[in-house]
Amino acid sequence: MEEILLHLAGGLTEAMQPLNFMMIVIGCALGLLIGAMPGLGSVNGVAILLPITFLVPPTSAIIFLAAIYYGAMYGGAISSITLGIPGASTAVATVFDGRPLAQAGQADRALTAAAVASFVGGTISVVLFTLFAPPLAAFALKFGPQEEFALMVLAFATFIGLGGDDIPKTVFSILIGLVLAAVGLDIISGQPRLIFGDIDGFLHGINFLVLAIGIYGIGEMLWTLETTQGEVVVHKVQVSVDRMKANFKDIKNYIMTTSLGSVLGYFVGTLPAAGATPASLMSYGLAKTFSKNPDSFGKGNVAGVAAPEAANNAASTGSMLPMITLGIPGSPTTAILLGGMIIWGLRPGPLLFSENPEFVWGLIGSLYIANFMTLVINLAFIPLFVKILTLPFTILAPIIYILCVVGGYAPTQTMHDVWLMLLFGVVGYLLRKLNYPVAPAVLAIVLGPLAERSLRQSLLASHGDMSVFVTRPISAVCIIIALLLVCYPMIQKFTRKGSRAVAAGQG
Amino acid sequence: MAVLLALCSIGLMFKSAELRIGWVPDRGPGSGAWPFWLSAGMLLCCLATIWRWFRGVTPESRNLEPYMPRETAMIVGISAGSIVFLLVITHLLGIYVALFLFLLFYLKFIGHHGWPLTISMMIGVPIFVFCLFEWALKIPLPKSITEPMFYPIYDLMYGV
Repeated sequence: MEEILLHLAGGLTEAMQPLNFMMIVIGCALGLLIGAMPGLGSVNGVAILLPITFLVPPTSAIIFLAAIYYGAMYGGAISSITLGIPGASTAVATVFDGRPLAQAGQADRALTAAAVASFVGGTISVVLFTLFAPPLAAFALKFGPQEEFALMVLAFATFIGLGGDDIPKTVFSILIGLVLAAVGLDIISGQPRLIFGDIDGFLHGINFLVLAIGIYGIGEMLWTLETTQGEVVVHKVQVSVDRMKANFKDIKNYIMTTSLGSVLGYFVGTLPAAGATPASLMSYGLAKTFSKNPDSFGKGNVAGVAAPEAANNAASTGSMLPMITLGIPGSPTTAILLGGMIIWGLRPGPLLFSENPEFVWGLIGSLYIANFMTLVINLAFIPLFVKILTLPFTILAPIIYILCVVGGYAPTQTMHDVWLMLLFGVVGYLLRKLNYPVAPAVLAIVLGPLAERSLRQSLLASHGDMSVFVTRPISAVCIIIALLLVCYPMIQKFTRKGSRAVAAGQG
Repeated sequence: MAVLLALCSIGLMFKSAELRIGWVPDRGPGSGAWPFWLSAGMLLCCLATIWRWFRGVTPESRNLEPYMPRETAMIVGISAGSIVFLLVITHLLGIYVALFLFLLFYLKFIGHHGWPLTISMMIGVPIFVFCLFEWALKIPLPKSITEPMFYPIYDLMYGV
């Protein structure tokens, strides 16, 4: 323990060197901007700015990229809350409650919750990273395809509750998301699959951002148009010192959710190929399932903003763990960071801690500082962010449409995806009118490829024996928890009916 | 809507069944198995929804109001149509001309804003989009037949 603290002190001193500190501040600010742009996330920021890092020493370079990564995680929440478009895939779950809060004139409350939860998530995960790096890396390695699939089932189970009492519509939403994720080349045989109308654009699959931007950007705008009938809507926004104080007092209402989301996010982040997006969606699902007031989720519950934001920041730190300790990236962004480390002449793996301690501990120290700096920058700019909401609808709507179109085009640079995005936006709006929950579809399209690959690998290994998911301890535990979560709304429904019957009997 | 979605599910099942949906020796489940069984699940969910509608369990099944009143269809249709217009013009004349015309249409004819605001947005937004995406992030946007007009700017940017 003493040794860890000594190393950490050395790392913090390294991170506070003028060049490194400057890298942290610039990285956080750039990350915030990139994360806030729809369609662009930390992976774009890190990839685009990677060449710049060859101009500075490796420690400063990784500090810069880690700061961008952190900043982008915070930044994704800004457009999710103010515009209702997820700035990055990791901020999809933030829209569910962030947007209703902004529409109710509480954007500052949602932004504060997002910033504070991100800070808590980041801090808890960095502490966990510092303390439990080697044993957790070894535990994550025990996850085979069976455990991965069971974890995916658990993620879907947490979302069954999202659709309220209408379970068939929620399950339909999950299944259609999974089918959309199956479009393109089959991951095992390489055969083209579900290529509608023989259109080549389907061969590269459907990017989940296309669905997310379509539903939450265009679909949301059409929904707003219907509810306001085109009348100019200016959201009431007030930002004052008193309100900010009240927002900080509000923290106690979501600190538990935030802490749980942080631990969950950190752990999911450490799993290879999982990452921050599934972590944030799972954290939201769990927060709703165990909330005293689950019906308020999706309508503007501040815990619904805090839970995914804590988890996505924690996961971003968590995903660095297998990268540093084992040389296995936990997310696309860490894959690029790993590439950078190799180019800088470092060898990621267990020996990195002993061969390059100043690099590893400098990175860990910078995570603490980057976390704090991003919180400060974010809170300072909240008044500016909420000003966006005071724009008249007829100015805001075309800007959002343009951001959606450009954001939908940027990741794959094909117009096919932009047309699909429009289609998803319109269909999402039409389904929403009939109370079909759309969030589970977004979760499913993200997790779909992972779920299918792990299921097929498991079945192949067991020669089609499905019992493999319940005979291995970790996957059995996940499956049991998933079953309990699926049964939970039904049990709740029956107990409510029972208590109503008792009350009626007494009356 | 549930009937329509049920038909879509059946269509997806047929589409998936174009590939092998059974067990392939040494390769596990066929390529079509995963989407086929997912589509079958979708069909079951639609049937459950239709059943719940007949029994009047859901709020939507008891709602007698029209699905989409004429005024809503008009206002939503114009907005969705304007995005279709933006995409069609992007195909024909490139994104920058499309943004220019889209903003003119939306701000002036739908929003009834003044000319100073409309013109400044018509010019400012495409410049912002260009600077951020093409110059800073190096992501080329579609320009169609207007591409040659950008060659001098590329020369300045890349110093060719």
